[in-house]
Amino acid sequence: MMPSMEFLVATGIGGVTACGIWLMLRGRTFPVVLGLTVLGYAVNVFIFAMGRLWSNAPPIVGNGGAQIADPLPQALVLTAIVIGFATTGFIVELALRSHHESGTDQVDGAEPGRENAS
Amino acid sequence: MDQLPVAPVLLPAATAVLLLLIGDHGGSEHNLRRQTLSARVAIGSALLGLLIAIQLMLQAADGALMVYRMGEWPAPFGIVLVVDRLSAMMLLLTSLIAVPVLLYASGGWAGHGRHFYALFQFQLMGLNGAFVTGDLFNLFVFFEVLLIASYVLMLHGLGRERLRVGVHYVVLNLSASALFLIGLALLYALTGTLNMADLALRVPLVTGPDAIVLQVAALLLLVVFGFKAALAPLSVWLPATYAAASAPVAALFAIMTKVGVYAIWRVHGVIFGADAGASELLVQPLLLPLAVLTSAIGVLGVLAAQTLPRLVAWLTVASVGTILMAIGLFGAQAWSAALYYMAHSSLTVAGLFLLVELVAAQRGEVGGRIESASPVAQPALLGLMMLLAAASSVGLPPMPGFIGKLMLLQASIGHVHAGVVWTIVLLAGFLTLLGLARAGSTLFWHVRTDMPSGASGASAPLLTATAFLLATSVAMSVFAAPLQRYTAAAAEQLLDRRAYADAVLGEQGGLDARTARPYTGQSGGTR
Repeated sequence: MMPSMEFLVATGIGGVTACGIWLMLRGRTFPVVLGLTVLGYAVNVFIFAMGRLWSNAPPIVGNGGAQIADPLPQALVLTAIVIGFATTGFIVELALRSHHESGTDQVDGAEPGRENAS
Repeated sequence: MDQLPVAPVLLPAATAVLLLLIGDHGGSEHNLRRQTLSARVAIGSALLGLLIAIQLMLQAADGALMVYRMGEWPAPFGIVLVVDRLSAMMLLLTSLIAVPVLLYASGGWAGHGRHFYALFQFQLMGLNGAFVTGDLFNLFVFFEVLLIASYVLMLHGLGRERLRVGVHYVVLNLSASALFLIGLALLYALTGTLNMADLALRVPLVTGPDAIVLQVAALLLLVVFGFKAALAPLSVWLPATYAAASAPVAALFAIMTKVGVYAIWRVHGVIFGADAGASELLVQPLLLPLAVLTSAIGVLGVLAAQTLPRLVAWLTVASVGTILMAIGLFGAQAWSAALYYMAHSSLTVAGLFLLVELVAAQRGEVGGRIESASPVAQPALLGLMMLLAAASSVGLPPMPGFIGKLMLLQASIGHVHAGVVWTIVLLAGFLTLLGLARAGSTLFWHVRTDMPSGASGASAPLLTATAFLLATSVAMSVFAAPLQRYTAAAAEQLLDRRAYADAVLGEQGGLDARTARPYTGQSGGTR
């Protein structure tokens, strides 16, 4: 039996979210940034899916009673993508700055097992 | 003047663009003229914003609900801005903090990095937008606007400690934003709307298993707003962040924390408040205990603080606990107390952030650490301001902090947990008194003359700005009666869901508006 579209999308979102959270809990800034990005992707697909999943339905109202997909989550997800893109750009720059300043890419600015060497 | 509700958002946005055009090349010599010009533009715009906020508050005080429909799209399909008494008061509070903080920053801090004024205006735009919007997704957008500005402002002046804390602050906030979006998407999936007035009508209609998912969404949003508001146990990030930020930025952040409180109020106080069907008073069992915990942790932090900025940051946490306690009591009288206390504590904390930097600058190398050092150059002036602010934070009569706490205690009489509220509020007041008395006596009395002294005296703009903030706080005592009438009316207005729905959704028939949703794909069909 073919798994339903809902099952596939839900599992996919769950898997990507898990990857994102795992990466976010790492100790170095690069995996954390990647984790935030991946989590952002999962959230975007989640918002999209919250307008229900349709096949062969255009997002245009007034189609003579034919089935139409909910256009609003698609508009919402566009906003979320733009904001996510901007914040990712910012945090990459911030992580680089922090690396230059502290000499380590640990998120708390100090290598583990070593005292704050300033 | 029906365009007025959008002005608090557009004015800072336009000013920010203008400031970016003027440009800012950091603290170099020939940049001085641009800096002066930028400062004038920024302060002028903030003063204009203050006038607009006063005008809006005067209109709101008559009970008018000002609804501004973006592009004349009817609600709930378009975005609406709604100014009621609560929003108007928050706008005024933002402006009252913004003007002196800008004045303070123009006395030096603004030159320690680039584009301070422009970022400050963007932050104001986000704050004002969050306070006037009547749409939850729009609230998310304004949250992001104010957060992105706050990320850069937090790092203003750079330095190792700011970068270290800054990374934490940004990562935590981005994770919170992801949760915010998940919560919003779930809300939309179950109700088919994100308009606050429309949500308040639809949430009671959701029943059965759907209601449980809806409550999950609401509780996710509580995590997000609780994080911004520093509700325990999500408050640990705040003291390090606020203490690391430069003084004017920390003072502005005093109002940023209140955005979280405001959002909890709108979403969990009103939409998921009384009459919300299966989700009625959803967060009541959570909010009060967590607020009590926040207050307790905040006060312990005040006692344990080693530096002045940290002490003030912990005071912020403690005051948020008190406000959320009042919101968690759910009732017009308690909410009135919450609004009054919120206004007072924002002004006092902002003033304190500025004041402790003035004090630290006059103590030489010891700076903000709470230990004996050379005496400050202006002990009478700074000591008096410190005393006023401390008395107000503690809640000693006749300061506004006392009135706010008294209103809260009176409102809690008859509540099941009145005993806990009384104990914690009074105990927190006493312990804050201990912490502040310890800091004050070390700063001003336990002085050592064998150490090199710091700056000889603070410049006029810095002193004026600090004194202005503390004076507005004290003025809240003088005008306590009209303010109390206003906050009581604001609380009543929040509880009146019918009037809100009628004003926002008037064209759709107000409270009787019922379109076929959640959206199922069939035009005109219901599930």
